[in-house]
Amino acid sequence: MTPRTFLVHGLLAGLFAGIAAFLVAHALGEPPLETAISLEQEHSHESGHEHENGVTVSRENQSTWGLATGTLAIGAALGGLVGLAAAVALGRLGRIRATQSTALVALVGFVAVALVPFLKYPATPPAVGDPDTIGHRTALYFSFLGLSVLAAIAAVVLAARLLPRLGTYRTVLAAAGGYLVVMVLAAELMPTVDEVGSFPASTLWEFRRSSITTLASLWAVLGVALVGLVGRTQEKLAVENARRELAASL
Amino acid sequence: MAIATPAAPTVDVPAIPLRQLLPWLAFTALLGLLVIFFVSADQGAISIPAGNAIHEWVHDGRHLLGYPCH
Repeated sequence: MTPRTFLVHGLLAGLFAGIAAFLVAHALGEPPLETAISLEQEHSHESGHEHENGVTVSRENQSTWGLATGTLAIGAALGGLVGLAAAVALGRLGRIRATQSTALVALVGFVAVALVPFLKYPATPPAVGDPDTIGHRTALYFSFLGLSVLAAIAAVVLAARLLPRLGTYRTVLAAAGGYLVVMVLAAELMPTVDEVGSFPASTLWEFRRSSITTLASLWAVLGVALVGLVGRTQEKLAVENARRELAASL
Repeated sequence: MAIATPAAPTVDVPAIPLRQLLPWLAFTALLGLLVIFFVSADQGAISIPAGNAIHEWVHDGRHLLGYPCH
């Protein structure tokens, strides 16, 4: 298998993931998002704070084509990256098959890129979040995300080294534990963002639940599709090899 | 069992040499991060180009994919 195989499979799996994320986000995420926007507008009318002049995209477009652009672009980008990460992992994580190392990469990706950052800096609907602190919040979010990705990569690289000496059980325990310790410490040390104010709790909960469901479906479809595609290629190659060996033995 | 199915555990999967992987990885990372930047953060904390058209267009995706928006 070549880097090309993995990139092509990753991009394709990412496209499926983007479609799935769009469907879930549209079905589950748009209702609380609409509620939040109507609250935001009420609020901005009261305080006289209108959206700064510039381009306005209709809600109709934002919730369909705009949302699809975002999820498809992120799906394809993550798909390509996860695909190549799986190419790096191939044959380097002990004696496991291509499908197994690929599944592991997708799982680690979901935890490090989506789940853990969400737990510290969860998604916020419109009307939550002070526009003046966007710079600070963006820096915090991406620092935490970057640290999480680096810690996860370090944990996996370390695990690959420890595996021959410690065995699977202890290696997984050490790697996962090490990642957890680093991230729990970072989460404790980094500042908390709380700009919820008087935003209704039930809408916030519904929004955040839909957001993590969107991310989970994106990563689940990405992982499952990529493992399926890699498995299919692996089987084809195995059949070809067997045929070649048979031909050579004749 | 191992003989009957060709897909059964091939004990040693050959790794792709890093030299061969690196250009693919570098280019994909560059392009991927650029795409992620435009969807997740552009015209929020920093704006390239100035304005709010990209922000407005991907607004819902940015909120629902968990990125800080406004």
